[in-house]
Amino acid sequence: MGWKRKDLLGMQDLEAAEIAEVLDTADSMREIATREIKKVPTLRGKTVVNLFFEASTRTRTSFEIAGKWLSADVINFSTSGSSAEKGESLLDTAKNIEAMSPDVVIVRHRAAGAPALLARHLRCSVVNAGDGAHEHPTQALLDLLTIRQKKGHLDGLNVAIVGDIAHSRVARSNIHGMKKAGMTVTVAGPPTLIPPACQELGVKVSHRLEEAIAHADVIMMLRLQHERMRGGLIPSIREYSRVWGLSLGRLEHCRPDVLIMHPGPVNRGVELAPEVADSQYSVILDQVANGVAVRMAVLFLLAGGKAQ
Amino acid sequence: MSLLIKNGRMLDPAAGVDEAQDVLIGEGRIARVGKALRAPAGAQSVDATGKVLCPGFIDIHVHLREPGFEYKETVASGTRAAAAGGFTAICCMANTSPVNDNRAVTDYILAKARAEGVVRVYPIGAVTKNLEGAQLAELAELAEAGCVAFSDDGKCVMNAELYRRAMEYTLPFGTPVISHAEDCTLAHGAAMNEGLVSTELGLRGQPAAAEEVMVARDIVLAELTGAHVHIAHVSTAGSVRMLREARARGIRVTSEVTPHHLLLTEEAVRSWDANTKMAPPLRGKRDVEALREALADGTIDCVATDHAPHALAEKEDEFAEAANGIVGLETAVSLLLDGLVRPGIIDLSTLVTRLSTAPARLLNLPGGSLSPGAAADITILDLAQPFTVDPRNFRSRSRNTPFGGRTGVGAPWMTIVGGVPVWP
Repeated sequence: MGWKRKDLLGMQDLEAAEIAEVLDTADSMREIATREIKKVPTLRGKTVVNLFFEASTRTRTSFEIAGKWLSADVINFSTSGSSAEKGESLLDTAKNIEAMSPDVVIVRHRAAGAPALLARHLRCSVVNAGDGAHEHPTQALLDLLTIRQKKGHLDGLNVAIVGDIAHSRVARSNIHGMKKAGMTVTVAGPPTLIPPACQELGVKVSHRLEEAIAHADVIMMLRLQHERMRGGLIPSIREYSRVWGLSLGRLEHCRPDVLIMHPGPVNRGVELAPEVADSQYSVILDQVANGVAVRMAVLFLLAGGKAQ
Repeated sequence: MSLLIKNGRMLDPAAGVDEAQDVLIGEGRIARVGKALRAPAGAQSVDATGKVLCPGFIDIHVHLREPGFEYKETVASGTRAAAAGGFTAICCMANTSPVNDNRAVTDYILAKARAEGVVRVYPIGAVTKNLEGAQLAELAELAEAGCVAFSDDGKCVMNAELYRRAMEYTLPFGTPVISHAEDCTLAHGAAMNEGLVSTELGLRGQPAAAEEVMVARDIVLAELTGAHVHIAHVSTAGSVRMLREARARGIRVTSEVTPHHLLLTEEAVRSWDANTKMAPPLRGKRDVEALREALADGTIDCVATDHAPHALAEKEDEFAEAANGIVGLETAVSLLLDGLVRPGIIDLSTLVTRLSTAPARLLNLPGGSLSPGAAADITILDLAQPFTVDPRNFRSRSRNTPFGGRTGVGAPWMTIVGGVPVWP
């Protein structure tokens, strides 16, 4: 093995063996969180820039903690809006950052493809921390890590991803990652929230929640963005919640060892009933904890791998 | 001044001519065609051995950007790009700033073309004032000033009643209405074609239906009004099917296709290169096959480039926010010779017809023929000339092409307008 990539842009690019390498590395990182002094010197002298063009608390914080526990210098650079609004192009912003010699730039952007554009133009490593509805690879990696931790393996498991698949980068990255890990994926939602040609991604598509979750080992609920109503994709939050919300009653027909996941932030009472979010099935907070381990692994492999 | 072009192969599909002929040009017109012509005293002579003489190519869909966007293109640079690409005449779209929706702008463009242009320029007037789709532009005056067709290209006239009236009002002028067929509610700000690729990339896609709904509407309106409706940049197999059916029924609907819709599919968008972003978007493989077939059998009348220059910064941007469109004047002929004629997908004579005779006939423009007495607008091709697309060498002010670096064989060799070689 041996990590060879300059950038981490998406799960679609990764080989199964590379995914396994990140997960194995993350497993070894997880122990650091249990130490009294949560710091190792691995990335001392390395500079990591969080370049966030879209609001984010947990992902940015997760990358920041990951970098700090590895002793990297982590700088947060948050800006909102498009190039037009801020009067500077994405490339100009990035080239200015690069002039300060970072080792890794972590990019969150509302436009699909923005990290790929930066990766093409920057010498340093670029990590995609979510680009539009395209990919969010570290989220998929932390989801896989959580499932593997709870179930002991990934191969052969059934996963249902429920909700707004069309606009979800989390769904896309997970579909790619889960397929490569040998899992069976069903996506479920009203037809207006399922993207075109979705079956061609190698997933089953269901328009009934009960059917989708009946045999699932893992149910991943996605956040419903309120603006979806404006596009005429759903009539109301109320109706969506009634038809697609996961309640304890609906869980009765599921496997007793089913895992409930959610990339956060949760709309309690919309896609997830509060008692489900807080139930013994929920691994939502494990996901958050594993997020730090996965991001440490990614930073280590991109910026520190050579030193080992 | 006289010019004698010797030893070339003359390909004049309108006259059914494809044989070695010398051509003598005098006073801007084709004076004589024949074997072993002698140059009159003082005439220049060009040896075109191994080259193909065609009626001058006409691109009926060009964005010259002047007035208003001179940083993208000007009449001077755009016509030089046209000449370098083998075009002797171009039609320029109305979405300038100010919009070509009144006589003053038409006059300005024509004056610029006379003063600075090197190929013939025919303006296309706006259908509606300021391209707003709300009120008709002064169409009679625009026609009088020299507009050869009407189009809100870049935008679709969504109001069917208004569009119907535009068709009726322009009937007496003999000027077609050119449709940018794209239902903007279905297209919904999409960055590419809708399908597996848009799903994988997480980009908003527009379905083929966004175009086809409007092609259907415009065919119906053409039937209702008896007007000549020309569909710009056809991109889908469904549009082709409807056009074929409508023409079989004798409806006056014509159409064009761009080189990029003939040569690229949506797969190209995977590069995230914004030079693969245009409206209509690159479509699927089956669409490309249908377009090629339709161009070969004449269902689609002509090739037009939709030459759409943009500055680098407008393209080197987030894909969804980058400007639509690519330049085409300097690459079209080579790409079509290499991509369609060399593999035998369409024969040379058909391509020449689609680039010269057909567009001339559609918009009632002079040209499209090499018969004695015709204006001496001639495109000479070198079918054996290797090429590499190098945007740095473009005469256009813009470089936005997805074809940079592409190599092939077959290129324009000389462009003659009114008897005067304007390129090289």
